[in-house]
Amino acid sequence: MVTDKKRVKGETLLDIRGLKIDGYSDDVWNPIVKGIDLTLKRGEVLGLIGESGAGKSTLGLAAMGFARPGCRISGGSIVFDGMDLIAASEEQRRALWGSRIAYVAQSAAASFNPAHHIIDQTVETAVAHNIMTREKAEADARDLYKRLQLPNPNTIGDRFPHQVSGGQLQRAMTAMAMSCRPDLIIFDEPTTALDVTTQVEVLAAMRDIVEQFNTAAIYITHDLAVVAQMAHRIMVLRYGNLVEEATTRAMLKAPTQEYTRSLWAVRKLQKPESISDDIALRIHNVDASYSGSLKVLDNVTVQVPRGRTVAVVGESGSGKSTLARAITGLLPPSRGEIYFNGKPLPRALHERDKDTLRRIQMIYQSADTALNPRQKVRDIIGRPLEFYLGLQGAARDRRVVELLESIELNESYIDRLPGEMSGGQKQRISIARALAAEPEIIICDEVTSALDQIVQEEILSLLMRLQKKTNVSYLFITHDIATVRAISDEIVVMHQGKVVQQGPKSKVLSPPFPAYTELLLSSVPEMDPDWLTGLLAKRSKKVKAATA
Amino acid sequence: MNTATPPVRAIKARRSVMESIRRDLKTAPLTAWFGMVVILLYAICAIFAPLLAPYGESEIVGKAYQLSSPENWLGTDQIGRDTLSRLIFGARNTIGIALITTLLSFLVGGSLGVLAALKRGLLDQGISRVVDAFLAIPVLIFALMMLAVVGKSLINLIIILALLDSTRVFRLSRAVALNVVVMDFVESARLRGEGMRWIVFKEIVPNILPPLITEFGLRFCFVFLTISALSFLGVGIQPPTADWGSMVAESKSLISFGRPAPLYPAAAIALLTVAVNFVVDWFLHKTSGLRDGH
Repeated sequence: MVTDKKRVKGETLLDIRGLKIDGYSDDVWNPIVKGIDLTLKRGEVLGLIGESGAGKSTLGLAAMGFARPGCRISGGSIVFDGMDLIAASEEQRRALWGSRIAYVAQSAAASFNPAHHIIDQTVETAVAHNIMTREKAEADARDLYKRLQLPNPNTIGDRFPHQVSGGQLQRAMTAMAMSCRPDLIIFDEPTTALDVTTQVEVLAAMRDIVEQFNTAAIYITHDLAVVAQMAHRIMVLRYGNLVEEATTRAMLKAPTQEYTRSLWAVRKLQKPESISDDIALRIHNVDASYSGSLKVLDNVTVQVPRGRTVAVVGESGSGKSTLARAITGLLPPSRGEIYFNGKPLPRALHERDKDTLRRIQMIYQSADTALNPRQKVRDIIGRPLEFYLGLQGAARDRRVVELLESIELNESYIDRLPGEMSGGQKQRISIARALAAEPEIIICDEVTSALDQIVQEEILSLLMRLQKKTNVSYLFITHDIATVRAISDEIVVMHQGKVVQQGPKSKVLSPPFPAYTELLLSSVPEMDPDWLTGLLAKRSKKVKAATA
Repeated sequence: MNTATPPVRAIKARRSVMESIRRDLKTAPLTAWFGMVVILLYAICAIFAPLLAPYGESEIVGKAYQLSSPENWLGTDQIGRDTLSRLIFGARNTIGIALITTLLSFLVGGSLGVLAALKRGLLDQGISRVVDAFLAIPVLIFALMMLAVVGKSLINLIIILALLDSTRVFRLSRAVALNVVVMDFVESARLRGEGMRWIVFKEIVPNILPPLITEFGLRFCFVFLTISALSFLGVGIQPPTADWGSMVAESKSLISFGRPAPLYPAAAIALLTVAVNFVVDWFLHKTSGLRDGH
């Protein structure tokens, strides 16, 4: 049996030479991966990092001998444990997949079948490959759940995917990948969709189990700090080429390439804090709930000074986005008052007049859903100009071009559809649409979390420049502390619908911390390969001290 | 270690509408071409019927039940009218009425569907349950009953069929609109303070058009078959107006004498149905993003 083979550390498991992969679009084959060499030894964890479009996921899948629909492997060789995967038949490859090479996808929620129990899906591969009997596989799955530190490992498998949290589901998927004790696991951005506090647990569990079974792994991510915790060696990719390759410690200490250094630029971005007493928006003792049941906002008081940035941080479910909905009037608060320029704001959206609506604009997390895919840039940005300011025809177009220039795009974008732009460009268009209304407050709901690090940095600096120019206030909702450090003047920490802490950035980000703020801050991965180990040691010490 | 170079991928040149249509046509499969040619021929027949037909619609040109001859290519019917001429005029009546009916049903069903998706709540519940009730009754039987109640006239026929058919259109347009209504750009338009009209016609409708156009093709076939069936049963399009369904009905007994007369109109119905389906299949395949694996 495959799993009985002795795992010798140091023996080459995967050897990719000169790999070229093409993708099909607009009737032509474009190169996605342009001749990459990659070797992986047993028990080794290799980190692949780069921005989107760098070809890291394509390369990760190619390590299984798999090309996505619309892609083809056009050159090079992939040798897995002595077997040429390109020459291998479909059947031979399928025999490997799941049993000897496993894949953990980004979104566990989308990867599980919602109609089956978790344990049935965990053991499916092992049973299908005839590696174990069902009973044995189930017992093994429960053991894996325990090793991955899932709560109630004996019964959690009997739940449906929607009955566990995102972090637990991601761990269950790791258990699924582990069920056949594969030689190689490919993790494709497994923690990107998780909160920082959950991410720590998942990372620790994954690292631990990969070590226990001496499994080789390819860890794909765009977050350098995360990969620093997981990988022994890091490869930086860009546009399908290898930029730099080194052991984790060497790379963090002294990256040789300019591009690698720019990858953590966002972590260096920092705005000097400035405090103002000129309050533009004041949310006072607000409660809000969906359909009258659970309170999602509980006695929330927040102040947004004019021309400043207030960052609202917290994990998902903390009520950050609900706060935005209460301010915009989409969810009228059940108690409390919102004052705008000193005057109470009508609660519901339809009670507000056009000019009030104009002054409060919103930018969304995903520009893909925030821009109508059937409208051209001209109409997307032009509509608020026409609607609020009454600009028509040539005057409107002139202003659209001005706005495009202010977001550092040019005239040539005016006739593009959203589908013809990159993620960062689309987010810029969203910003321009909000600016077009000449607002006093812009609510930014996780506007950078769907973007790559470098693009994030660009968008954040753009927002800061625009703030300087127009004196607009931002209410910046995010779960990313690096972003908060970069742009905020004041910080509001939310947890379970309540404001835990509120104050100027320097005060909130320096001790003493309330318990929740400390948990949140300490969970943010740092560029130090020993960070996770250190953090876990510190936390377990604390637990021991508390129980003693 | 090579330094990365930006991808050399030409910025996609914008295609004009004409260009992209030409490009689509070039890649259309044979079946779609067949369908389009057939539909075009039918359309020409329908539009230019008086010019194309050798005789008038209800003109009696000879003896009844003649076989094909150089004067009457497809013979004559039971009172001596030219079958070919009636077939050509029939295209105009049958297709025209089916088209008007389908358009009307999409207008009613489509707008109610989008409205229900947008408003939700009681309005959605109300319309949806009424539609469910209607869907429980077979269309043909319900149409027969309604025609018996309100009397058989062309206007009644169109209205009844359109209303019955709009229930199905409602279900589809509500379902696809629901997927669009939850998008952030719709919320963004609401936050901007846009009125209902803008949200429906500028934000939602352009995004649900592809499935609706596909459905239009299919529903057109069904309506057209239902009209033919009603005419066959004698409650549809009334004589002396030429119509394929009633032409089959009038000549049906001839089939037992080995005469092909009822087969001509039947073939005309079948061919159009097949042609429309071919085109719809192609369109659906194209807009749904289904691709053959490369």
